[in-house]
Amino acid sequence: MTRVLELEHITKRFGTVTANEDVSLHLEQGEIVALLGENGAGKTTLMSILFGHYTADVGTVRVNGAELPPGKSRAAIRAGVGMVHQHFALAPNLSVLENVMTGTEPLWKLRSDRAAGRAKLLELSQRFGLAVDPEARIADLSVGECQRVEILKALYNDAEVLILDEPTAVLTAQEAESLFATLREMAAKGLSLIFISHKLHEVMSASDRVVVLRAGKVVAERATKATSKEELAELMVGRAVKRPERPPARPGAVLLEAVDVTLGGKGGASLLGISFKLHAGETLGIIGVSGNGQTTLAGLVSGLYPPDGGALLVKGQTPARHDVPHAIAAGIGRIPEDRNVEGTIGDMSTWENAVLERIWSPEFSSRGVVKRAASKAATEAILRDYDVRGATVDGRIRLLSGGNMQKLILGRVLTAGPDILVAAQPSRGLDEGAIAGVHERLLDARGRGAGVLLISEDLDEVIALSDRIRAIVGGRLSPAIPAERANAQLLGLMMAGDWSAAEQIEAEAPPHEI
Amino acid sequence: MRFERREHPSTTLNLLAPLGAVLAALIVAGLLIAIAGANVFEAYGLILKGAFGSRLGFSETLTRATPLILTGLAAAVAFRARLWNIGAEGQFYVGALAVAAFGMIPAVAGLPAPLAIVLCLGVGAVAGMILLLLPLGLRLKFGVDEVVTSLLLNFIAVLFVSMMIEGAMKDPLAFGWPQSVPVPDNAVLPKLMARTRLHAGLLIALAMAVAVWWLQARTVFGMRARAAGLSPRAAAFAGVPLGRTLVAVACLSGGLAGLAGAIEVMGVKGYVTTDLSPSYGYSGIVIAMLANLNPIGVIGAALFSAVMFVGADSMSRALGIPSYIADVTVALSLLTMLVALFLTQYRISR
Repeated sequence: MTRVLELEHITKRFGTVTANEDVSLHLEQGEIVALLGENGAGKTTLMSILFGHYTADVGTVRVNGAELPPGKSRAAIRAGVGMVHQHFALAPNLSVLENVMTGTEPLWKLRSDRAAGRAKLLELSQRFGLAVDPEARIADLSVGECQRVEILKALYNDAEVLILDEPTAVLTAQEAESLFATLREMAAKGLSLIFISHKLHEVMSASDRVVVLRAGKVVAERATKATSKEELAELMVGRAVKRPERPPARPGAVLLEAVDVTLGGKGGASLLGISFKLHAGETLGIIGVSGNGQTTLAGLVSGLYPPDGGALLVKGQTPARHDVPHAIAAGIGRIPEDRNVEGTIGDMSTWENAVLERIWSPEFSSRGVVKRAASKAATEAILRDYDVRGATVDGRIRLLSGGNMQKLILGRVLTAGPDILVAAQPSRGLDEGAIAGVHERLLDARGRGAGVLLISEDLDEVIALSDRIRAIVGGRLSPAIPAERANAQLLGLMMAGDWSAAEQIEAEAPPHEI
Repeated sequence: MRFERREHPSTTLNLLAPLGAVLAALIVAGLLIAIAGANVFEAYGLILKGAFGSRLGFSETLTRATPLILTGLAAAVAFRARLWNIGAEGQFYVGALAVAAFGMIPAVAGLPAPLAIVLCLGVGAVAGMILLLLPLGLRLKFGVDEVVTSLLLNFIAVLFVSMMIEGAMKDPLAFGWPQSVPVPDNAVLPKLMARTRLHAGLLIALAMAVAVWWLQARTVFGMRARAAGLSPRAAAFAGVPLGRTLVAVACLSGGLAGLAGAIEVMGVKGYVTTDLSPSYGYSGIVIAMLANLNPIGVIGAALFSAVMFVGADSMSRALGIPSYIADVTVALSLLTMLVALFLTQYRISR
């Protein structure tokens, strides 16, 4: 084997914070290495040093034995290192081909050789099975396709070492599967890859070797075959992480009931007649492949969109008006699918984000004037009780990490004491420690008698938290099965739309539980 | 060289940004003055002297600042909520014209003065509102970009004013000049200083600045308007009624611009002409940006602009430098302010 990449004794400090301390890492040709670590462990900093975005205080980077000059991305690209960023760097108004070719031709050349570029792009896309239409506009592509373009862009620059920063953070489960298939294909053809992740199952299924980073240091290195999820989790967090256990349910009255609801999709899939009941003190999990109506369902229950047909009954009644303030006033707590886009406003302060959705309540305003002192005090209490770190009441919320932002959202929702909790993808993008925290809060809410509607693509999460599980497929809900009967095969059938087994199980269940 | 986002933009920096921007604009304009062959310090000295040096100059500066404060507020309020109202110029003119038209109703001349003034101001503000609600309606209903529609409405508004003062509202006693019938005497704003043009409109403008600040910083409406501007999706998720909030913002913004026109016609001119506004509406955009959309800052930015315009007039008479230097300086200060605002958010690193 030849060693294509070698990082030696890298140390990087930002002020008093040490992001990387004496990190050494190497990559052989044709190998896939996973760089595993929690948010803030220093993974991205390390890769940014490798790619020349940052300069290391100490240490060297070698590609194919030759040392890279520090702080020069161009040198890294020329040496054959390509980086696929978590947030794409693509121009949405240009075509795939134009995006890929940008920066590869000298500026003073008057004509751009599109024909040659196109041929090279198509050849690459065929060789690695990355199907794209070179003339499609980026704006028209899905997230998965955009990522393919990013990878092709790196390959177009003759990259032999590819670094992928949290490549699955924005992908759906199947898109991630197909990405990993592509990565293995690329490795088989001689490319060498590093991917950054904090998801254990990805690391287990897609890598040859795992390097675990914690608090800026390499704490372990394992051949993937010789390790296990449990070991990696413990190495990554530094202690044994235990997701909380679900105590037995004590279901009560029906809190939320959908009766044959239809709703045209608002930027998502439509709901074509769904019915379900959510009881007090239970969690109903909704699984499904993304894009089957989850977003619309969450929006419906959150009060964003009224149903086109059918009815949504809250505690047996149709709300006077189907909008957000009435939903909240009726006792519905809402955890949005996307914390950054829906859940918070980055340039507003923490306290404004904490109270905005209940600003109409007498607690936070009177006669149209905001009660600033009370609002800030309430926010202070949330920061304290929900252990939101790194936040100040007056600071902008943009600066919070995903986990802390989610804690704030949980805090603002749960301090209102909701009877019904809608949690859409509540642990998406969070690390193990934060996920455990979120789960504990959801179980607490259920324990004190709230009904929890959990909409998630993470099957482990749904099985761990839910009492009953339904699948959403093409805007329809499957029969409900008790979580005890759930297994991967049955859930897979349900998500694929084959509901015969589920129907049978539902028929066996006592009638009050449906 | 790269730009890195500052994690904690400092308050000091935010306060210094407009000062730095104005300074930079003055330096660049100073180069132009030097090229034109005059002593830069003498020129700026004369500008300051022209603007503040005499009772008349001082009162003129404040008179000039009055409509600029109001149009500046109109832009600041709208931009905060990401409603791009470029139509303050048109709203200014319809506000002025509406006052003149309202004054033509015979009964108005018989009202007690305070009531007539309040009614006239209200009529002007409502006219401005209506002119901005048109483009907003198009945006909410059909998704039409209000930058284009509100901008183009300016020309329609000015031409409409021109048509009215040449026709139905033409003053028969004006020897054929195109000007509207005058505002009735009981609706003329009282003077603040004898034998100057300075009028009570200044107090209204200052009160509006404070009121707008309070509305934005302390009320539910202000918070919702800001949320709607910063992130419509997150605001909608938090239950902010986007359409209603924007309509309220448009009423405020258009109302302030219409009020500026009403005050100008009731305080300074007394009748409407098509040169009532030397681009007060457009200057309002610059002033709002220079103030970083802060209503109190608008007062300072409007004063700066007024000083430049009034001072440059007298400076140009003394030195023979074209008074366009005022336009150039104010326009430059917009550009330098944009750079300064960027630098408050980002730092330059190697």
